[in-house]
Amino acid sequence: MPFMLPIIIKNLLSKPFTVKYPFEKREPLPKHKGQIEFDMSKCDLCQDCERLCPSVAIKVYPNAKVIEYDPFKCIYCHLCVQICMQIAIKGYTVYTPPSYVKEVKIFKQE
Amino acid sequence: MSSSEKKYTILPFGPQHPVLPEPIQLTLKCDEEKVVDVNVNLGYVHRGIERAGELNDYKRNVYLVSRVCGICNFMHSLCYCMAIEKLMDLRIPERANYLRVFWAELNRVESHLLWLGLFADAMGFESLFMQFWREREFIMDLQEKTGGNRIITGTNNIIGGVNRDINGELVDDVERTLTKLRGRVKALEPVITKDPTFKKRTVGKGYLPRDLAVKLGAVGPTARGSDIRTDVRMEGYAAYGELEFEPVVEKDGDSYARVLVRFYETLQSIDIMLRVINTLRKMENGPIFVKPKEWPDGETISRVEQPRGELFYYVKANGTPYLERLKIKTPTLSNLPPLLAMLPGSELADVPVIVLSIDPCIACAERYVKIGKGGE
Repeated sequence: MPFMLPIIIKNLLSKPFTVKYPFEKREPLPKHKGQIEFDMSKCDLCQDCERLCPSVAIKVYPNAKVIEYDPFKCIYCHLCVQICMQIAIKGYTVYTPPSYVKEVKIFKQE
Repeated sequence: MSSSEKKYTILPFGPQHPVLPEPIQLTLKCDEEKVVDVNVNLGYVHRGIERAGELNDYKRNVYLVSRVCGICNFMHSLCYCMAIEKLMDLRIPERANYLRVFWAELNRVESHLLWLGLFADAMGFESLFMQFWREREFIMDLQEKTGGNRIITGTNNIIGGVNRDINGELVDDVERTLTKLRGRVKALEPVITKDPTFKKRTVGKGYLPRDLAVKLGAVGPTARGSDIRTDVRMEGYAAYGELEFEPVVEKDGDSYARVLVRFYETLQSIDIMLRVINTLRKMENGPIFVKPKEWPDGETISRVEQPRGELFYYVKANGTPYLERLKIKTPTLSNLPPLLAMLPGSELADVPVIVLSIDPCIACAERYVKIGKGGE
């Protein structure tokens, strides 16, 4: 304990290290892997993302021209963003918010 | 039972115990306050990852094996990727190898700081626990800045390199943070090396002599704390061959020696990262991954030095996208027999400290083990 005291006194006199959460929110860093979104005007429904998704969170229906994406299955590895040939998947830095219901997001091509 | 026969108390330590982050049961046979004999019971968190690895295709497995252990996720995916790359005969670009070393060392520092905090907490040294975890926050920020996530970065590409680069302003930023972190960790050195409270709880507790450590197959800091100069990094996988360093070895073989090994390894890892960052700065921006050509075929092994010791992967493939066998051996499984040898003869109050001194990661160690008659 005696060798810890100088550090404790220094901590006591310095600013808090933690963030006061509800009043002050921590911004995600620029390279953070967050939410993803499909740009259906660019997508050619090739199913590459469906084949490689490690957690089977993406389902592509080429005939109906629909993509089903489950944000609660997704592990946010951004592999789909990296491999998409059409650059149709955009990755954001924002966390997915919590929700009461586990809803699947549906993207439809016009 | 005759009245002259000695009676012992049987105490279950775990599966739920405040000091254990994960469930494992140690049955302690005690003579009053002294532990006489100990038995271990595993199997509370078996997850069937090896079987899942055979059902997934080999590319998805990179993300599966990252989740064997959260703290050393990069090491697991690195070990698996190295095995598959060996089967495919891929040559990884030099820059990717350096980046792999960087993230592997980042994981090591994260794990050691976490453990040093948990260890201080196990013996009731709350302020030191908070201090170590506060320094760990810098590492988590670095993981987010470079890899994109605070814990599981997933920066190993699906076979053949890495998928993120560190260049431009990020290099300076990383170097600044690491230099700052090194100073802050170094400031805690007197607490570890001189503090009487810390020494009283650790010196001479859980003694593991060198010959016994060799015989029981101790790995990692547990072995290095018993004066065994062993480190898989010395084999020179990834870019370790070009980064010369000496493994940290302590002679005493008690819990205190294992604390010192981990503490000095933290500082050493930060130095290695600083050297890697300097090399990356001098190196020209080049490719960081190569594309695999065909499906893997044949069988191989691969070894990586994890924060807790040697990690071992055995992969058997048959020319299809699905593996025939994936075998994972984590260091905690190797360190359990030495733990059982350390405990007899110790005081009951020292059991939590001794158990934590091997840095148990139970969920990683849970594998299906078939034991024959007579413990064969």
